[in-house]
Amino acid sequence: MPERSEPARRAFLKRTVALVPAGALATAGVPAAGRGAETGAPATPAPAPYQPRFFTAPEWAFINAACDRLVPDDDNGPGAVALQVPAFIDRQMDDAFGHAARWYMQGPFDENAAPEMGYQSRQTPRELYRRGIAAADAECRKRHGQPFAQLQPDRQDALLADMAQSQAGRPEDRLDRFFAFLWQNVKEGYLADPIHGGNHNMGSWQMLGFPGARASYTEWATRHDEAYPLGPVGVSGQRS
Amino acid sequence: MAARRLKPVDAVLVGFGWTGAIMAMELTEAGLDVLALERGEPRNTNPDFSYPRVADELTYAVRHQLFQDLSRETLTIRHRPGQRALPYRQLGSFLPGDGVGGAGVHWNGVHWRAYPAELQLRSHITERYGAGFIPEDMTIQDWGVTYDELEPYYDYFERVCGTSGQAGNVQGRIIEGGNPFEAPRRGEYPLPALPALYDSELYAKAAAELGYHPFPRPASNASRPYTNPYGVQLAQCSFCGYCERFGCYNYSKASPQTTIHPALMQRDNFRLQTQCHVTRVNLSRDRRHATGVTYVDPTGNEVEQPARLVILCAYQFHNVRLLLLSGIGQPYDPATNTGVVGKNYSYQILGHVDLFYGRDTIFNPFIGAGAAGHVIDDFNADNFDHGPLGFIGGAYIGPGRTGGRPIQQLTLPAGSPPWGAGWKQAIKDHYLHTMSIGTHGSVMSYRDCYLDLDPTYRDALGQPLLRMTFDWKDNDLRMTQYVTERAVEIARHMKPDSMHAVHHKAGSHYDTRPYQTTHNVGGAIMGSDPRTSVLNKYLQSWDVPNVFVMGAGAFPQNLGYNPTGTVGALAYWSARAIRDHYLPAPGPLVRT
Repeated sequence: MPERSEPARRAFLKRTVALVPAGALATAGVPAAGRGAETGAPATPAPAPYQPRFFTAPEWAFINAACDRLVPDDDNGPGAVALQVPAFIDRQMDDAFGHAARWYMQGPFDENAAPEMGYQSRQTPRELYRRGIAAADAECRKRHGQPFAQLQPDRQDALLADMAQSQAGRPEDRLDRFFAFLWQNVKEGYLADPIHGGNHNMGSWQMLGFPGARASYTEWATRHDEAYPLGPVGVSGQRS
Repeated sequence: MAARRLKPVDAVLVGFGWTGAIMAMELTEAGLDVLALERGEPRNTNPDFSYPRVADELTYAVRHQLFQDLSRETLTIRHRPGQRALPYRQLGSFLPGDGVGGAGVHWNGVHWRAYPAELQLRSHITERYGAGFIPEDMTIQDWGVTYDELEPYYDYFERVCGTSGQAGNVQGRIIEGGNPFEAPRRGEYPLPALPALYDSELYAKAAAELGYHPFPRPASNASRPYTNPYGVQLAQCSFCGYCERFGCYNYSKASPQTTIHPALMQRDNFRLQTQCHVTRVNLSRDRRHATGVTYVDPTGNEVEQPARLVILCAYQFHNVRLLLLSGIGQPYDPATNTGVVGKNYSYQILGHVDLFYGRDTIFNPFIGAGAAGHVIDDFNADNFDHGPLGFIGGAYIGPGRTGGRPIQQLTLPAGSPPWGAGWKQAIKDHYLHTMSIGTHGSVMSYRDCYLDLDPTYRDALGQPLLRMTFDWKDNDLRMTQYVTERAVEIARHMKPDSMHAVHHKAGSHYDTRPYQTTHNVGGAIMGSDPRTSVLNKYLQSWDVPNVFVMGAGAFPQNLGYNPTGTVGALAYWSARAIRDHYLPAPGPLVRT
């Protein structure tokens, strides 16, 4: 079970309350300005509210809540929600990736193929997210009477851990498959260049010490065991 | 609807990556009218790989912008005959190229020569260890060409690419700091070796202390500004970290675009047509002569292009598939062990050791060049005694640094939290302080590992997909375990805080999902006997002498080495034979 820092948890609980009314869901996942002060991390400027184009309100609540548990805010730096990873995933659903535009999608499909034969499902990521979120929320309702976004963080973590292992159900409904996509896409949004809509202000790169698109280190090839002094830049020219 | 028929050309090239560019250069120099048909899009450094747009891991490395679009065509894969093969629906284990430049755009620039013994592998193993040393189902063969024959062409391709390296053997003189196992080279590398990055400095010191022979991996990433024999200039590599899976924005990594195209495109007797997908080679009634090719043009119309000479220059899979679709050569049948086309498909097998250090050891993994790094070859090819070990083949061992890409190259100790705050802590703790040593190993060829046409799945044009039948075999699994154990010994000597070794275990199956290598070989193999090979030693079809087939499909089994150096050398060697012997008297270059 991943560790959880108390300040992040407090911050999350405050936000969870805000998530409850369905009418507020479209923007409620976006962290409030100044939250950083509470966690001790540098304050992140409040981004403009993002209106999801693909996810419905309940789905958006799930994505925001899951992102917050998969990469939480803490003293090491901003988490996936602060870095706008939910918006990244929503954009990806409308992109070639979401439509599986560059995958071979001709049948027949063998959903029961051995894992080492690779992806063999007829589902595009759009379909997979739609079914996966519904199945995960259904599992939460069955266990606790509430959808994922309204559960306490420890219950959310337990559910995510179970999802990652779950092989129950028909192949196209398996939660481990959905979890694998979700976690991969969360990592992408958290670590990719900000031009794709996540990694706001290159927050993860600042934490890691990755200089992003600087891409020129001629004299540094022979400077060994020495900290690189410059912060990251993005493809758009953005500096931290 | 009947295909539109065009005016004949002297030579048509199918595919325009490395071998297409080499053949175009050589045949236009011989005065031929040459047409290259490339099914992908036109690509050049500017604008396609320009800075800063190319420094984008998600687009190029994760979403595979420059690779083959599988929605139009892929292949199917199974582990053994009798199974139903399934499509390779998403890119994973290997990443075939697409478009002008092909995989020559997004390779790392690792530039090797095969060892003499590997080019005569069956003869060499038989001579050193006895015929009984080769397992019955292992179908390794001699290549039909020797190192001495290829040496001038290895040399020339290195000069075209501006390869940076440290020679170990110049005309028999062994040179300190180079690879002492190396076969004699006629001269030094065109450029001095790239400097050792910090991980390689630590590795080379440890390997030398253990009695091994570390040397800088030959790199077609220019260590200095360079002008090649065509007058094309390369710039000094900036260690930008965007080599593997990217086009080079800095004109430092050798590619067809950075070494050949600027000279070639000025020639009046060369034409390139992109988005033209060749669907078959057309044959005369007696099937002994190619009359040209048929392709689908960008508007979807079928076009017939007559040609005196047809040269297949596409990626290995596509060349083999085109032979099968066109009925050139007898398809291989593993049940009867007859036929040749598709025979001896092979791959490579990799292991690695990750070394985790504390905060006071800083690697800056984002500083990298595709081919930079020191390796040892003490356990590659037949550089060590296989007698007591009972397997054939080997691997080179050493660190490689291709950019420290955060999405794909975060390495964590075993047992780290898979997600959540603990994962975040772990990536912060380890990103700058971790290095890795890889073992890059050979795979032999086997009777039941081959390529044919799939009976079920089809491409966007309705043609059958290629089918791969392949799995790991005991010989190569034992090799990778043995060599990775040697890597672990070196790693231990480097005293990391902790380490973690990964290699394929006995009985494990080939997994199509994680990236391994795009070093797929065989299926259109060269040799000295038409009963056991598709091509003669000049890469000429035994069956249809005006068809030549380039690329790693010609390898009768795989090397521990990356293939591009040998693919380029073979193309120049074949081109020389065409110019000197075929054009004056068209016909078979080897009599049977």
